[in-house]
Amino acid sequence: MSLVEVTDLTVEFGSLRAVDGLSFRLERGAALALVGESGSGKSTVASALLGLHHGTGARVGGSVHVAGTDVQGASDEELRRLRGGKAAMVFQDPLSSLDPYYAIGDQIAEVYRVHTRASRRAARARAVEVLEQVGIPDARRRARSRPHEFSGGMRQRALIAMALACEPDLLIADEPTTALDVTVQAQILDLLHTLREETGMGLLLVTHDVGVAAESVDEVLVMRHGRVVEHGRVSAVLGSPSHAYTRELLGAVPRVDVPRTGSQATDEVVLEATGVRREFGRGKRALAAVDDVSLTIRRGETLGIVGESGSGKTTLGRMLVGLLEPTAGAIRYEGQAHTGVNPAVQMVFQDPVSSLNPRRSVGESIADPLRARGERDEGRIRRRVTELLERVGLEGAHYGRYPHEFSGGQRQRVGIARALAADPHVIVCDEPVSALDVTTQAQVVALLGELQKELGLALVFVAHDLAVVRQVSDRVAVMRKGRVVEEGPADEVYDSPQDPYTKQLLAAVPALDPEVAARRRAARRELAAA
Amino acid sequence: MTLFARFALRRLLGALLVLLVLSIVIYALFYVLPGDPARLACGPKCTTAQVDQVRAQLGLGHPVYVQYAHFLQGLFAGTDISTGVGTEHCGAPCLGFSYQNGEQVTSLLAQRLPATASLALGAMVLWLILGIATGLLSALRHGGLTERVLTALTLAGNAVPVFIIGILLMLLFVSVLGWLPFPSYVPLTDDPEQWAWNLVLPWLSLAILESAKYSRLTRSSLLETLAEDHVRTFRAYGVRERSIIGRHALRGAVPPIIALSALDLGTMFGSAVLTESLFGIPGLGKSLVDSVRTEDLPVVVGLVLVTGFFVVLANAVADVLYAVADRRVVLA
Repeated sequence: MSLVEVTDLTVEFGSLRAVDGLSFRLERGAALALVGESGSGKSTVASALLGLHHGTGARVGGSVHVAGTDVQGASDEELRRLRGGKAAMVFQDPLSSLDPYYAIGDQIAEVYRVHTRASRRAARARAVEVLEQVGIPDARRRARSRPHEFSGGMRQRALIAMALACEPDLLIADEPTTALDVTVQAQILDLLHTLREETGMGLLLVTHDVGVAAESVDEVLVMRHGRVVEHGRVSAVLGSPSHAYTRELLGAVPRVDVPRTGSQATDEVVLEATGVRREFGRGKRALAAVDDVSLTIRRGETLGIVGESGSGKTTLGRMLVGLLEPTAGAIRYEGQAHTGVNPAVQMVFQDPVSSLNPRRSVGESIADPLRARGERDEGRIRRRVTELLERVGLEGAHYGRYPHEFSGGQRQRVGIARALAADPHVIVCDEPVSALDVTTQAQVVALLGELQKELGLALVFVAHDLAVVRQVSDRVAVMRKGRVVEEGPADEVYDSPQDPYTKQLLAAVPALDPEVAARRRAARRELAAA
Repeated sequence: MTLFARFALRRLLGALLVLLVLSIVIYALFYVLPGDPARLACGPKCTTAQVDQVRAQLGLGHPVYVQYAHFLQGLFAGTDISTGVGTEHCGAPCLGFSYQNGEQVTSLLAQRLPATASLALGAMVLWLILGIATGLLSALRHGGLTERVLTALTLAGNAVPVFIIGILLMLLFVSVLGWLPFPSYVPLTDDPEQWAWNLVLPWLSLAILESAKYSRLTRSSLLETLAEDHVRTFRAYGVRERSIIGRHALRGAVPPIIALSALDLGTMFGSAVLTESLFGIPGLGKSLVDSVRTEDLPVVVGLVLVTGFFVVLANAVADVLYAVADRRVVLA
């Protein structure tokens, strides 16, 4: 019998059918990725494998067999033995997935004791052992740390250690690297790969990122609206997709090796930062988030700023807009030093959910910059907002709607309309597409490109995703620990990186071709061994 | 010094500073504002000569800051004070002399403190048990009949004034059932058993009043934690529901409960007036009402300071306990 056998699975939440007649198998030791955009039902399938829908009011139909357990017909006790014992799950957000009040070693030990009746002492020893196995340095001491004392990557390692504790036959990983930086993502994917070789466990990977899937599995199952679109060997599905949706999905994935087209860059400098520094905290605890950064932004061009979390890229973006005052150095707009917020430099924020006031209509939010500028004529405000809404691909009639009535991509369009309302010459986009699915991402990126062409805007595109940045940028600055380590035309930086950190970042980008991925993994191993 | 020790020390030093400011404000309110402090201190029955004598003794001729410095000196080092018939030493912390009672304020308060402490601490234990238990039950029966009934009951308890609850409880347990004695305060040192029996009704009245807040707090933080990702993690690892609630979900409710208890306990030292009056407990609240009525100024100042002291102290201790319960606070 296969490790996982899912036959005609349906899951319904009220009137919503999240999974609709899905069937697949996973053999022992094999690896399968469920790939799909948000709302495709992939995480619902993962939860169904562990019977996590029991008692939640969801209606589950069809049959699910995991490691010899009939999940649909299992008793509570059988389900408990399955969960963590035979099949273990690693979740997306490693910070919130661990209890903040207990030491990490104790949490792993607790799970181990649930399944083995081991003594407290033996369970603690096992916790240290698995933490060592996932590469936590000084595991005996670090087992006593609480989650907030671990970095994001270490927390994800700890969660994987918890999954390994009872030596399960199946590891289910639900977006295990989505919250992580690209270099950390590569480390975690490599770790999963190594662990699979060592333990022979099966892997079910749930991800929206085709690149992550290509790196890690043998087979891919593309999902949409709760159904299978395409299922096959990873090289076949990604190399020569037979279904139109798969082709669309792959087409929308930004490539790190494809340069930008249709640049409108000029030589006229609009915004300039010289020797900019920003500290947080005072005295001995002062920390420079941005340290001695000098950049120029020219009319009509896009400057990409890439870096991992904590590199200072958001702080720099906020200083360019005037939301933060630099501790030292100056920001000049058209040659003039300016302090405070400059209407000609606007910002588009990362999270389109929290950057719009949920209690005000989107039209009112877009009208804010107009009112702030002193516009009092309601008729004119209304006309201008309608025009802006239509310009970003929404309808003028959407004026009175509220943010929750829109999808993520539409909300980001509202954010862009709001930035345009002040007739800016520069827009700083801080991770504008990182919360969006790839197809939506491509649409928003295309919109920004059109607006740039039409209005001659200069864009600053701050992001952690190297591929997206390449897709949109004329020039790129790579940030690390508050400093720009490398800056230049995008093609030069990407094709012949000079700084070792840039090389490291580029080596960590997941490849869509499994063979390339395997070569890069080998290269990373050599690099790590050296 | 560890990060934690430094945090605790800083927090306690902060509390001292707050107390100092509090003492200045109270001192200013009572001694510097218009009106004749000497007449107020001496009481309404004093003759003009007596008032003049008190004025001299209080040093009201000196500048304000000298008076305040003298007051602080008495507080920290003790001082000699005039009693109207002679002088006696008033050891630190000296809060002055009540001419109406012919006694030092410190010793007056010291007699009243044990009763109030007995009432407040005992009631707190009871309201924590009552509040957490009903809160836990409401969270586990979320959306059901039990939750609605419990919510109604706790809110009713919170809405009814303490003297009504107290009278109803007395009626039931003393008059009708005869299970408890008619409450009269017996000091703990005299007879622990009688002390407890006599305090059961005051404790219960206060606990019924206060537990509603704790019930709501426990319920909401439990529901919040139960919806969090780490609870999902432990469910997905086959941990029993009982351990999830006991070990993981309830644990998250502990820090806010500590913070609220400290506030309530501190306040209880000055404001359990109604309960103390109703059950004839000779505590601080009762003497505050008495001294305000008789305009016994030194006692009022002393009482307000002592109550403030407990509120500030309880909060400082709560902050430290909060940090023990949630180590992330130290880093923030």
